[in-house]
Amino acid sequence: MTSVALLRQITDYANRADPYPLYAELRKTPVVRDETGVYLVSTYWEIHHLLHDPRVSSDVRNLSPEVAGAVGQVEDPNLPPSFLRLDPPEHDRLRRLAMRPFGPPHTPRRVYEMRGELGEIVSGLIDGFRDRGQIDLVDDFSYPFPVTVICRLLGVPHEDESRFHGWADTIAGGLDPGHGTEEEREAKQQAIRQARVDLAGYLAGLIEERRRSPRDDMLSALATGHGPDGQMSPVDMVITSTLLLIAGHETTVNLITNGMLTLLRNPDVLQRLREDPDLVVPLVEELLRFEPPVQFIPHRTPLSDIEVAGTIIPKGAPLYLMLASGSRDPQRFLDADRFIPDRPDNQHLGFGSGLHNCFGAPLARLEAQIALTELTRRLDNLRLVEDPPPYRQNAVLRGPRHLAVAFDGLKQ
Amino acid sequence: MSLDGSLEKLRREGHIVIVGASIAGLRAAETLRAEGFTGTLTMIGDEPNEPYDRPPLSKQVLLGRVPVDHTRLPRRRTVDARWRLGVAATGLDLAAKRVHLADGDAVDYDRLLITTGVRARPWPQELEAELDGVFVLRTSDDAARLQRRLNAGPRRVLVIGAGFTGSEIASACRERGLEVTVAERGAAPLVGALGGVVGEVAASMQREHGVDLRCGVTVTGLEGDSAGRLRRAHLSDGSTVEVEVAVVCLGATRNTEWLASSGLGAGPRGIACDAGCRAFDVRGIVTDDVFVAGDVARSPHPLFGYQFLSLEHWGNAIEQAETAAHNMISASSDRRPHVWTPSFWSAQFGVNIKSVGVPPMADEIIVTQGSLAERRFVAAYGFQGRIIAAVAFDQAKWLEFYQRQIEQAAPFPPEFATVDRRPEGMHPVPAEFPDPSMPSHGPTVTLSGHSPSERRISFTPLRA
Repeated sequence: MTSVALLRQITDYANRADPYPLYAELRKTPVVRDETGVYLVSTYWEIHHLLHDPRVSSDVRNLSPEVAGAVGQVEDPNLPPSFLRLDPPEHDRLRRLAMRPFGPPHTPRRVYEMRGELGEIVSGLIDGFRDRGQIDLVDDFSYPFPVTVICRLLGVPHEDESRFHGWADTIAGGLDPGHGTEEEREAKQQAIRQARVDLAGYLAGLIEERRRSPRDDMLSALATGHGPDGQMSPVDMVITSTLLLIAGHETTVNLITNGMLTLLRNPDVLQRLREDPDLVVPLVEELLRFEPPVQFIPHRTPLSDIEVAGTIIPKGAPLYLMLASGSRDPQRFLDADRFIPDRPDNQHLGFGSGLHNCFGAPLARLEAQIALTELTRRLDNLRLVEDPPPYRQNAVLRGPRHLAVAFDGLKQ
Repeated sequence: MSLDGSLEKLRREGHIVIVGASIAGLRAAETLRAEGFTGTLTMIGDEPNEPYDRPPLSKQVLLGRVPVDHTRLPRRRTVDARWRLGVAATGLDLAAKRVHLADGDAVDYDRLLITTGVRARPWPQELEAELDGVFVLRTSDDAARLQRRLNAGPRRVLVIGAGFTGSEIASACRERGLEVTVAERGAAPLVGALGGVVGEVAASMQREHGVDLRCGVTVTGLEGDSAGRLRRAHLSDGSTVEVEVAVVCLGATRNTEWLASSGLGAGPRGIACDAGCRAFDVRGIVTDDVFVAGDVARSPHPLFGYQFLSLEHWGNAIEQAETAAHNMISASSDRRPHVWTPSFWSAQFGVNIKSVGVPPMADEIIVTQGSLAERRFVAAYGFQGRIIAAVAFDQAKWLEFYQRQIEQAAPFPPEFATVDRRPEGMHPVPAEFPDPSMPSHGPTVTLSGHSPSERRISFTPLRA
């Protein structure tokens, strides 16, 4: 195995079920220049430092033009980037405006106060398993739960959720580095652009509706709010709510599914969780380290030539931060390849770090904690039907497409 | 009990005494137990309260958001100590290895850790300091008293000294809707800690939030009415301010008086110790069984020319305490140096201020990210061509990068491009620190002397 072909192997679907040996190979050289010109950084401290480095941009417009096309990072020229792909000061302003109705300092209790509602949604989904001995955890639980939550939080009517499913999946596919022939890549880019336009049109209509008759949801708050930063432009409202919607659709589903898969592969831990539900708090952190829903960040680039672990990464080069690899770095974590639910000193990279640290992290944590506690508590003699399960295509937002699990009955 | 040459015996059944039961003392005690010390542990503290956290006292507590008894420090583990709270240590006998207490008792030790910290410097005119309405803020009792008085809605509060504590108090008062006058001897708030360029930003924040800020003046007198209640303050520019409350924020005094005749190298500037936290005696010889940590310590820092740094920083207290505790029960080959990079934060007027390094050493400053006018920025400080410190206003997430630049002695001005670089950030300007010989509110970093190159031994005895 040559190191230059590692990115191709990581994105190769055949390695989706277990990319971790590839990451271990990658870590032998903390910074690798891939055959496509991409620089891959795979060790914990190097990633951590780059996440806090003001010489590193998240704005793909800073990529060298000659490499931008080659790595499938062309943005839609008709729509501005979301704050995920912006630098300060634009990033900071948009993120502050989005945070105003979601978290501290302006709305510190929002997520906390959703506890009861989250519990009800989970109970309702599990109650629906009553007459079944086997379910697909993804379609029957891990997907509908966070989707319902993000739609309620934003204020998207439940009956429109199914339309979102397709749009969200297509757009999230754009995070996947390019593969296939040039025609296939172009067709994929075209499909993503169309999905963005359709979703944007839908959201613009909904935001206008909320502006005229506001409710207690985030779209209403974005459409009517006034703070020291003023208000988002209508286009930014659409872009930002698209970002939150996609993030809410495509990440927590993997955290919950990866979580149940890991628990079912470690029955002693599953039993410990049943006996001690408080274990779920460190357990979810360990999951974020061990099987993170976002495997790597594929859209950074240096503004100057920078030296990382003895290698110069040139200005404008595409830079991939391999979070899932860093979180398994034995230089940082003892027994890095072991799942230790109460691991101490667990500063994993599951939510990234620094400026772009996951916006929805508090909500994702709570969703995963409630979901895993209730699933293990209520489903009797829970077991895997198939291991490994079939995975989704996406190498960045990695997780099972289906997870068939069987059980003997339901507790109240 | 002689434990010479018997580290194992010390770890198993020795007696360790910690004088000073605030954050440094508590974290040291926890570290001792975590690292396997099973002997007797005695904690001595002059305050009756269990160890509590001080940063909230000038912020959430004054705002009434957190009751003062909710500031007790979370415990990392049980420490199984004999607690002697509410009893001050009054003397140290190095030869007998004994600490004398205010109640006449004495405690023998095999190893001693001194974490007595600092106290608020009181208003120098004693009669004026006793007026009803004159406060300092250091302890939880101070905070409770001040908070009660602010609840009564005084017509105007005078803050004397615009360092971090004074500025935070002014901020809390404005947030509560109280009228505030701030009197600062220097040219701007925070000027001693962050220099004049950043001080100007702090000044504009204060004025914009309605603070009556007066710089370049001192308070020459506090005047009471016949009932002994504060009514008026006289300033050096000849003006007077009608006030009902005055908070004296003139920095801190190190709690070393109890060591005056002990033979330890302790004085108004703190207790000198080596990088391993062992105290020096007055002859400049390092002791084997007396350790120091926290605000009261001053120790040489290799990153800053081996200058002895006194750091009144929360993070320093914790890390130095952990290092001291580790070294107290380790063989010399296992001991660690305390090489913490100075760092502190403040919250005032809705802005989070954070700094790394030692800004007062700098001669130049450059805004590397954001803008002073927007009050969201990172600025790097330079000294002799290297980055020596950085400060962030509402941009703290970047400081880890600058800390590494400082630790690697990276060149100044920085040669790299950064996100959010503005035209004003293209050239360094003078950092405008006041002449250190001019007394202002106590700086949070004190630089004093050199080691190991310095040959001169100067010991300042306790002032009368």
